[in-house]
Amino acid sequence: MIFSYYPGCTLKTKAKELNFYAYQSAKALGIELQELPEWQCCGGTYPMAKDETATKLSSVRALTLARDLGNDLVTLCSACHNVLKQVNNDMQNDEKIASKANIYLQLKTPYHGETKVLHYLEVLRDCIGFEEIAKKVVNPLKGKKIAAYYGCLLLRPSKVMQMDNPENPRIIEDFIKAIGAEPVIYPFRNECCGGYLTMEDKALTQKKSNTVMGSAQEFGAEMITTACPLCLYNLRKNATEHDLPVIYFTELLAEALGVKED
Amino acid sequence: MQKIGVFVCWCGSNIAATVDVSAVSEALSHEPGVVYATNYQYMCSEAGQNTIKDAIKKYGLTGIVICSCSPRMHEATFRKTAAAAGLNPYMVEIANIREQCSWIHKDMATATEKAIILGKAAIAKVHLNAPLTASQSPVVKRALVIGGGIAGIQTALDIADAGFEVDIVEKSPTIGGKMSQLDKTFPTLDCAACILTPKMVDVAQHEKIKIYSYSEVEAVKGFVGNFEVTIRKKARYVNENVCTGCGLCTEKCPQKNVPNEFNLGMDKRRAIYIPFAQAVPKVATIDANYCMKLKTGKCGLCEKICTAGAIDYSQKDQLIEQKYGAIVVATGFNPIKLDNFEEYSYSQSPDVVTSLEFERITNAAGPTSGQLLRPSDGKHPHTIVFVQCVGSRDTSGCGKPYCSKICCMYTAKHAMLTREKYPDTDVYVFYIDVRTPGKNFDEFYRRAAEEYGVHYIKGMVGKVAPKADGKLMVQASDLISNEQLHIDADMVVLATAIEPDKSARPLATMLTASMDTNDFFTEAHPKLRPVESPTAGIFLSGTCQGPKDIPETVSQAGAAAAKVIGLLAKDTLTANPCVAHSDEMMCNGCSSCEKVCPYGAITYVDKEFRMPDRTVAIRRVAVVNEAVCQGCGACTVACPSGAMDLKGFSNSQIMAEVDAICK
Amino acid sequence: MDNKEKQKERILRVSGVNVLKCMKCGKCSGTCPSYDEMDYHPHQFVYMVEKGEIEPLLKSKSIYKCLSCFACVERCPRGVEPAKIVEAIRLEVIRKQGENHLKPNQIPQLLDEDLPQQAIVSAFRKYSK
Repeated sequence: MIFSYYPGCTLKTKAKELNFYAYQSAKALGIELQELPEWQCCGGTYPMAKDETATKLSSVRALTLARDLGNDLVTLCSACHNVLKQVNNDMQNDEKIASKANIYLQLKTPYHGETKVLHYLEVLRDCIGFEEIAKKVVNPLKGKKIAAYYGCLLLRPSKVMQMDNPENPRIIEDFIKAIGAEPVIYPFRNECCGGYLTMEDKALTQKKSNTVMGSAQEFGAEMITTACPLCLYNLRKNATEHDLPVIYFTELLAEALGVKED
Repeated sequence: MQKIGVFVCWCGSNIAATVDVSAVSEALSHEPGVVYATNYQYMCSEAGQNTIKDAIKKYGLTGIVICSCSPRMHEATFRKTAAAAGLNPYMVEIANIREQCSWIHKDMATATEKAIILGKAAIAKVHLNAPLTASQSPVVKRALVIGGGIAGIQTALDIADAGFEVDIVEKSPTIGGKMSQLDKTFPTLDCAACILTPKMVDVAQHEKIKIYSYSEVEAVKGFVGNFEVTIRKKARYVNENVCTGCGLCTEKCPQKNVPNEFNLGMDKRRAIYIPFAQAVPKVATIDANYCMKLKTGKCGLCEKICTAGAIDYSQKDQLIEQKYGAIVVATGFNPIKLDNFEEYSYSQSPDVVTSLEFERITNAAGPTSGQLLRPSDGKHPHTIVFVQCVGSRDTSGCGKPYCSKICCMYTAKHAMLTREKYPDTDVYVFYIDVRTPGKNFDEFYRRAAEEYGVHYIKGMVGKVAPKADGKLMVQASDLISNEQLHIDADMVVLATAIEPDKSARPLATMLTASMDTNDFFTEAHPKLRPVESPTAGIFLSGTCQGPKDIPETVSQAGAAAAKVIGLLAKDTLTANPCVAHSDEMMCNGCSSCEKVCPYGAITYVDKEFRMPDRTVAIRRVAVVNEAVCQGCGACTVACPSGAMDLKGFSNSQIMAEVDAICK
Repeated sequence: MDNKEKQKERILRVSGVNVLKCMKCGKCSGTCPSYDEMDYHPHQFVYMVEKGEIEPLLKSKSIYKCLSCFACVERCPRGVEPAKIVEAIRLEVIRKQGENHLKPNQIPQLLDEDLPQQAIVSAFRKYSK
């Protein structure tokens, strides 16, 4: 299985592990991730304004590139995934934005959202299947109580993300089961960690991150896993009253598959 | 050549303010065949009708055109007028110059021009009208009520009391419906069972009523006065004529682990069961999905212990054919599934319940014997949060766009009863609006707030988060004090939106009765014919037509019964003569019409025809059953050879109208 | 049209939100994770734009407290999308010359060695033009 892959800026710098273990695991699972040539930063957050076109163009370029290569486009970072899916939705459904973007980019074949955007977790669930993954696990994380942290961007807005039930998701929990560990369900797994406000308002971010980690801990989690570099940062740095380890889900996957090299 | 009279109505100022009525009658008086034209202030009044009658007699009119309101309003009136003057009523044509002209135009010149054109089209049609005679069909003096909740029960009792036979088809093993699951009823707080079960007994004992419980309608054929219905009586593996309802089997059955639907799955029942103590009919039913004997062939305990010998593992579904003059739909409602509202943690905490579950928890015959105990640990809750409008008034696609209507009142009831029985309990109600427009309803709600100290908070709950200590963190807005609240609750009760029962949609197809986008049955007129479906002979009772509380349901059930009685009291019905007929010389036997006919009115016969060379050929041709045909015209459009035509609305008549408009 | 009306019209166009769909239930404010840090709350943004009272919102600190977490968008029973109104108000401010809320020269002191790039680009997209 070959996919086009959009790593995003953070996975090349501060979140190298998220990227590195994703590649390792993909190889073990028979998936080829082909990094898009000359991709540009998605901007980290989806520009909601109807009159914003320029800020959406880097996403449209990546989406068009994947279409021209004939591949589905896989992302790993929750933020990139959110931006790419939302922009793709605009290209499908917002005629004004789509026509402006197409005029700017002077594409030979105009783009109207033909590319399918997938999160790496969706590839695991829908293209490989968690049962298949469970069969390939050589190093099951037995007895580990792991709390999935979805944050906001992976699931919302659900009509566009179309990934899972936004209020009672199970994709990461099913993943945790597949690698032999025990998922911990707690109510704040889809509430915000404080996001980019860590730059502007540390106190707010600390409050939010503490609530999330506190809730996970209360329900018996020994570890939190996430797909988002900013969530990981906030939970590690700003959940000041708790100290559960926070690990990218790809690292857990690589470990379970027995392919984890540092 | 017809001799045509034209009568232009002013409709007070409704038409005359926008249409120059004198100009219209003057213009139309010059049309070919028109021998008389006039206008009058109210043509439907007695004086107006007399003008028409006099003109028919004086000028020997053979056809008349009334330029007035929609034919839906007064076509029947003017047909009667014509008949009274000795003219065939189907020689009357209406030109709608009100709804389709004066009401939608502002400019008098344009509106007048259009009214004249509409009048000309009607005149062109009348030229081709032929007198039609309506046939009579007999009425079967028996009614079918589909659904045995309070709506069906009340309708059946009222029809039966008038002396007509009624059958109730109920898909579950007992009648009683949702009302049998309720604890107390607003606004008087009488116990639901106390007022419902006597009615259930009345139904069971009424010599005119027959209950088909554990049965479903399988097929419907025929038409008003003459429906042929197939009822599937599902195998309950118990001979209901023999079973005494002693209940011994329901205590001894070894399969104890079946979710009890009567208590909404909050406790267990056996594989053989009687839903509740006052069930009607009070006979046991074996749940084939759980019975060991039926699944594996092993067990058979209930058969051994049944002293009446009622158990019959070999029972099969039975199909019953029955004829009815009228059908009443009373299929009721269900709370919606809450999959789209997981922010309230319904599936993540047993202490988050729907209001119907709360009814069972507070009901003396419920899983906690009426003790208010929370499901997770059986402890008495000290803080309860009620959330209104869960899934109602929702246009986001997650819920239902309509107001479920009953929630404001039952929540006030729950809150009030909780405070009365357990004064140490804090009760919060989050509301968007409190809607209590019923007799003594607002007083009831205010009593909850003023006398019982229920905290009503204008705002909505955004999230319910179960905590490890068993509490539920409720995060909500208080819009009046403009703050976000965090309440540690022991229980959360969701006033879940209601939706029509899932059986309604396939039933509507069988009945050719129309539904709205929410799967509620549509009434023939929202104000003036609220209990009739637009399909003749189909009547609506209860929540299948829209959300309703018990008082309203019972009123509507009685109204539906009155309509049914009015129908069954007639010996014959006058059929609509505007039906399809096939010109057998042109019919090529292709079956296109038969396929599109929604009423099954078209059959094919092999018929002998004399050919020009004096031989005899046998040809397959369409025949319309005029008693079944509803005159919808689908066959006339489908017919490729032009053989099929509609009396009163023939292709040539319609083309003549089009020609007149385009001239 | 006076300036106030033009401004309202612009907010509505840029956000794409139909504020008239709001039935004032307050679920957005019941759900907002930044509520306590805000002076004006999500439901007030929707209502005040409806009334054309935009000036106080432009000065509100709330526009820099919204986390763009989409919780209000997800849970609104009428599909109003309050976050898009907040975004449009913020853009109304920062699109003006010299009104950037976050300036590049502030960045070095906000950094620590683990801060992901994602935070910086997101903050810039939200706070600066």
